[in-house]
Amino acid sequence: MSAGTDARAVGGEPGAGPLDTVSGPPAPRVTTAGGGGPHVVGPLCEIPLGEGRAYAVGDRQVAVFRLRSGALRALDAVCPHRGGPLADGQIDADVVVCPLHAHVFDLGSGACRTGQDDVTSYAVHLEDDQVVVVLPV
Amino acid sequence: MARRRRGDDGRRDLVVVGNGMAGARTVEEVLERGGSAQFRITMFGEEPYGNYNRIMLSNVLAGLESEEAIFLNSMAWYDENEITLHAGVRVARIDRHARTVRADDGSRTPYDALVMATGSSAFVPDIPGMRTAGRGFHQGVFRFRTLDDTRAMIRYARTHKQAVVIGGGLLGLEAARGLQTHGVDVTVVHGPGHLMNQQLDAAGGYVLRRGIEALGISVLTSARTVRVLGDTEITGVQLGDGRVLPCDIVVVAAGIRANSSIAAASGFLVERGIVVDDQMHALDDQGTPDPTVFAVGECVQHRDQVYGLVAPLWEQARVLADVLTGTDPSAQYHGSRTATKLKVAGIDVASMGTTAPERPDDDHIVISEPRRGLYKSVVVRDDRLVGATLVGDLEKVAPLIQAFDRGSPLPEDRIALLFDLGTAPAAVGVAELPDETTVCNCNGVSKGTIGSCVRGGVASLTGVMDATRAGKGCGSCKTLVGQVVEWAAGGTLEVDESASWYVPGIPYAKAELVALIREQELRSVSAVFAALAPGGVEDAKSKMGLNSLLRTLWGAAVVDERDGRFINDRVHANIQRDGTFSVVPQMKGGVTSADQLRRIADVADKHRIPLIKLTGGQRIDLLGVPKENLPTVWADLDMPSGYAYGKSFRTVKTCVGSDFCRFGLGDSTALGIAIETRYQGLESPAKLKLAVSGCPRNCAESYVKDLGVVAVDGGRWEIWVGGAAGAHIRKGDLLTTVDTPQEVMTLTGRFIQYYRETANWLERTYAWVPRLGIEHVRAVVVDDSEGIAAELDAAVQASVDAYRDPWQERDDPAEPGQFRTALPLTVLPQVPGR
Repeated sequence: MSAGTDARAVGGEPGAGPLDTVSGPPAPRVTTAGGGGPHVVGPLCEIPLGEGRAYAVGDRQVAVFRLRSGALRALDAVCPHRGGPLADGQIDADVVVCPLHAHVFDLGSGACRTGQDDVTSYAVHLEDDQVVVVLPV
Repeated sequence: MARRRRGDDGRRDLVVVGNGMAGARTVEEVLERGGSAQFRITMFGEEPYGNYNRIMLSNVLAGLESEEAIFLNSMAWYDENEITLHAGVRVARIDRHARTVRADDGSRTPYDALVMATGSSAFVPDIPGMRTAGRGFHQGVFRFRTLDDTRAMIRYARTHKQAVVIGGGLLGLEAARGLQTHGVDVTVVHGPGHLMNQQLDAAGGYVLRRGIEALGISVLTSARTVRVLGDTEITGVQLGDGRVLPCDIVVVAAGIRANSSIAAASGFLVERGIVVDDQMHALDDQGTPDPTVFAVGECVQHRDQVYGLVAPLWEQARVLADVLTGTDPSAQYHGSRTATKLKVAGIDVASMGTTAPERPDDDHIVISEPRRGLYKSVVVRDDRLVGATLVGDLEKVAPLIQAFDRGSPLPEDRIALLFDLGTAPAAVGVAELPDETTVCNCNGVSKGTIGSCVRGGVASLTGVMDATRAGKGCGSCKTLVGQVVEWAAGGTLEVDESASWYVPGIPYAKAELVALIREQELRSVSAVFAALAPGGVEDAKSKMGLNSLLRTLWGAAVVDERDGRFINDRVHANIQRDGTFSVVPQMKGGVTSADQLRRIADVADKHRIPLIKLTGGQRIDLLGVPKENLPTVWADLDMPSGYAYGKSFRTVKTCVGSDFCRFGLGDSTALGIAIETRYQGLESPAKLKLAVSGCPRNCAESYVKDLGVVAVDGGRWEIWVGGAAGAHIRKGDLLTTVDTPQEVMTLTGRFIQYYRETANWLERTYAWVPRLGIEHVRAVVVDDSEGIAAELDAAVQASVDAYRDPWQERDDPAEPGQFRTALPLTVLPQVPGR
């Protein structure tokens, strides 16, 4: 069972039914339990160029974005306005736009450019094609 | 001049007699000019409340507004501004020589400056039976002037059933309508020959009367009440011609009279009101302005005019505050040209200036449609608008008021004063809107918020939209937002060059952009950014529009970059407020089968769908599906996508048509299915909703669709375009009438393709058709005036041929993690079940 799905209550019993038939690679495993420090969240190939994917990292939800330049960025996965999923937002080199109400967040700093609270940004890098998100200690 | 007092802090005493709209507004204006440093302010109000908006009393009576909602300043406001308020205390006399105010409670209050804002009260003609000897008004007789009057009327209406309202002016009609909402049967008795005779001419009054009667209120004009009948309970009123109208409630709304008795008793000049000069000084009975005493509002007579409207009162308050505080010691009030814009018992009425021509050479343009409840007339003298009357439709009121106020030039064609002749909707008096008006309803942004954003230094429309979110909901308010921003900037607005760009990140309008994309063979979103964006910089907000355009231009030959798509188009479902998605299977023409319904029910059970909802487009919506479950839901449904998510062709609504319907003239169901089959899933600048109705009864609402088809007698079909019944409401324009369903199919495709090629991003057909003009659209699409019909037909055919059901991606995802959850820890679903 993947770290990306076992923590939520969706239709169907955990681990049963539709979730197992989702195609594509499995969601990554969390390698460091809770707390601060580096967490390997999964292989880079899971994140298509120009898009974001959400991960459970420690006790947080983090959206990792892969810019068209190849650079990685990581922010809290939840828009503070109405809880929109930022990993589903559209990005460019600087910002992500929340898919629910189009609030705009700076991919580097997490600062909101449309008057909402800022989100936390995280250090993120690659180690052997694995994406590593660093939580504050 | 300053009076010395104990604890003197160097401030003078300003006393305001009257705590209504004029008195309080004057104090507000004084405070705004820093008056609290100059004055200790004391106010007297006869009513035991803070001040409220008297105009809203009719809403309170009609139950549309709570009492709290109409208060302008709460008691806290007086405290915060250190204003001493004597509420419920009546001033008896002003002693000009001692400069004190004597009140009924025996108090004496000294003043350095005094403002009389005593307002006006209901005029009650002396009709026998209305008053009981020694006890004032009969318990069943009401005036409609104060909050207490209103409360008493509501209370009495609970136990009484039949009312006569004396007076068919604004107040009387409002009272009638309000009483009616309490279940009371109402008759309006009006002395003059037509309703609202002060504001309307006879023809306008007649149209209003028809509207009032349509509400179920009886109206008698040229009718004089001579006696109120009944002893402890009222039993009726008797008219001059002897008729008796049975009733148990009488409301008197026969006009207002200025409250000037205190002024008269204190030695000031009073005619129809307290006489003031241009600086609002009250004149004494010798005609000399008193330098320390002023009057403002409805109690005032200025240059022989007494005003019963709010706008003049506001203007007077500003002048008075300028004079009082010394902000502009030479400020003068020169009278107001009054234009009124009212809702009378729910009917729009506007009037300004004269109601009828007065000189032989006056132009008088009248449009009278009593059966539609419309009346419009304008009076033009020497090329200037000197009067206008509108009943039932105020669309043109803002430009008329502007022309009336400022004497701005009139169009050569006078009729254009009353009609939009193919022009965009006029800038609707943005300046007149109060600050609290909500401009953007989706995001709750008020005019005031936009104003302060501009004053805060944001100098472009897009900047304001980004900072306030105004116009970023459904987008239907964008034009208005633009006008408010322009108004707030007052000419200092940065020219927003990007306004004409197709998308914000690429500096070209659509036509140029299309030409460049074709010329340079740019087939992907990133290629467009690299080649055409300043510095090659990509822009998140431009991606979706570019992606749509590229798919329209290149069809199957586009280089598909998934990050160019909005999430809906990446996973072919509509994202909901909790991050789950809704799944709407295709149900062509709204036709389904028992088998489909059974399958949908099974899927709903299996996936524990929290909400199953019929959509406005005759389909079934399964709401609350987590993203990662989409592929299995689609597989279990085994139905094609209904496109309930994209900027694309969505659905064709139909009625049952000729097969079953007694009235059906054409097989609307078959035609709707055929249209949907052919044009399903086509990308377009904004969503496209269609309908086919089997007869002009229009059960499928074809007149308000992007494209609607209506079967008419003789086997023919009308095609209507540019209609809308969503965020914007517009009846479509008749494109043409054709003889066969085949022609409908062809013209539909050609229309859609022309729209796809020329409309701006997110421009719905209801904006696009009027922008181009229906004649132009008809010329191109029907008459092939530009010789491009064959090209359009071929282009739309290519797009039709390239169609592939996107839900097939369930077996063959376009990219890794396409259906991966985006919110790993949130407990879902949150979309409520029912």
